[in-house]
Amino acid sequence: MNSEQLLSIQDLKVRFKSFEGVVSAVDGVDLNIAPGETVGLVGESGCGKSVTALSILRLLPKRSTLMEGNIHFSGMNMLTADEEALLKIRGNSISMIFQEPMTSLNPVMTIGDQIAEVFVLHQNLTWNQGREKAVEMLERVQIPSPNARSRDYPHRLSGGMRQRAMIAMALSCQPTLLLADEPTTALDVTIQAQIMDLMLRLKEKLNTAILIITHDLGLIAETVSRVIVMYAGQIVEEAPVGDLFKEPLHPYTRGLMGSVPKLGQKFKGGPSQLDEIKGVVPSLLNLPAGCRFNPRCPLAIAKCREQTPGMVRIGRQRQVRCWLVGGAK
Amino acid sequence: MDLLEIKNLKMHFPIKKGLFSKTRGFVKAVDGVSFNLKKGETLGLVGESGCGKTTVARSLLRLIEPTGGSVNFEGTNILELSKRELRQVRAHIQVIFQDPYSSLNPRLSVGQIIAEPLKNFENRRTEQLKERVAYLMEKVGLNPHQTGRYPHQYSGGQRQRIGIARALALNPKIIVCDEAVSALDVSIQAQVINLLMALQQELGLSYIFIAHDLSVVEHISDRVAVMYLGKIVEMASDYDMYHTPRHPYTQALLSAVPVLDPEVTKKRILLKGDVPSPLDPPSGCAFHTRCPKKKDICSKEQPVFKELGNGHWVACHLC
Repeated sequence: MNSEQLLSIQDLKVRFKSFEGVVSAVDGVDLNIAPGETVGLVGESGCGKSVTALSILRLLPKRSTLMEGNIHFSGMNMLTADEEALLKIRGNSISMIFQEPMTSLNPVMTIGDQIAEVFVLHQNLTWNQGREKAVEMLERVQIPSPNARSRDYPHRLSGGMRQRAMIAMALSCQPTLLLADEPTTALDVTIQAQIMDLMLRLKEKLNTAILIITHDLGLIAETVSRVIVMYAGQIVEEAPVGDLFKEPLHPYTRGLMGSVPKLGQKFKGGPSQLDEIKGVVPSLLNLPAGCRFNPRCPLAIAKCREQTPGMVRIGRQRQVRCWLVGGAK
Repeated sequence: MDLLEIKNLKMHFPIKKGLFSKTRGFVKAVDGVSFNLKKGETLGLVGESGCGKTTVARSLLRLIEPTGGSVNFEGTNILELSKRELRQVRAHIQVIFQDPYSSLNPRLSVGQIIAEPLKNFENRRTEQLKERVAYLMEKVGLNPHQTGRYPHQYSGGQRQRIGIARALALNPKIIVCDEAVSALDVSIQAQVINLLMALQQELGLSYIFIAHDLSVVEHISDRVAVMYLGKIVEMASDYDMYHTPRHPYTQALLSAVPVLDPEVTKKRILLKGDVPSPLDPPSGCAFHTRCPKKKDICSKEQPVFKELGNGHWVACHLC
């Protein structure tokens, strides 16, 4: 394990027990994040990106989840840590922003109190001091009249404001790692632009590492430095953001990029039809043999249907899981 | 004459309060929207949540009764038709809804869902009905032998295909797509967009395509209308809208769309604050509270929706 890494995940496997059998949601994920780095985790619904994030904080239901592998955060093994140690980390050195700000805020507690709670729990402040700090945080995330808003309940705020409040709460203890799970998916584009701008500026100030989980490639292109693409529970490609968008190596990544309509593409002689990826994401209960992408892959050869490809290093910073790239092992 | 002409469409929802439910005001969800739709054309309708795009769709179909204006379909005003007459028109204007999970009856099989409009409007024999259903399923890329399956056995993208097959069943002239692809994953979204465009080519359909995703709307539309707080603020061909957006709101919207190229650094116009509540819209131009270019006149007078030439319409004092 590289000691310079803030977070280091090795061979993470997460399986859920369900009525229809054991579902392998995450299968052998390796992921490193350096201090202050911004990493993007992209993929479609059900590819395991949220499960990866939740398992870092051990937020998955204990009874039905089987976890294997290693998750080290600043030298601590998260998978073996006891609940007490985890409580000290959650919301303190690792915090999380969830997708739906309405369902992840407590509806019967004022915004101010919810943020104050973080200070009371982690910094031993009194509730009054905590509330003052909360107003400060709300001001920092540019909520107008923070004093009055801190006494409001979540339902009185708009979606954008709620997400700001979530960010305020997440950044209260100046975490070293922020997990942002689809932070702007529920928001309109103009509000998304505001929120991302805010998150990145706060990150600069506090030197927080961020893991952004999203399906929005545009958002990834603009905000992160390194991208990890997941498909059906596995990482299929990892690359610095510039390389990935210039030359995506995995057929799935290429397909994803072709699927997104680009503003103005039509007028630059681009194709009027979008490239599509045929078929649907396989069920995790019934994965295809060989490469998991092979039934949808336009380039699949016989080997793809028989043998599972491993991750292959391309150059210094890239990795890809495909038989057709770089003469895989 | 255009296929569909909408003039000054209004949908004001009354706010009722108190013991005797007295009307205390109105939410002007749609406040004077006008546009035309030609045959074979796609008109995109964009805007942020709460701007009234879905209400436009629902009131022009009379799924809710609009409170004013006119909707002329092939020369007849739909809003004045009796229920029976309206039924006949409805066959020509179909709709595809946003959520492929809640818009299909879970207790009907796919075959029954697609056959339902046919049974309601046409007297076909069972044999012909089956044939037509199989034809439709094949058209939208579903296996025509699986008519007995139920919606829950399909994925989101396939369900949306079922919705499209149902909308196509009566050979409509217009299909209103209300956020038809918004709930889908990108790779599936591309499949459905391609399908919609291919069907349009083949069957000469006209679409009113409602979405909040500008890149999707721009990709599929021939003309785009941008809505803000119940009004259209700008309407132009997709080319003009992309190259020369005139309204500051459109400019901000376009600049907020992320670009798929990390090396391009876009100059972004960051709008301040949220969309104001339609309960209490700002005076004058509704956008003036967030507008980076606002002048004195903007908070006093409502701008007129005027044509700048070449079918480019805009409602702004500064244009």
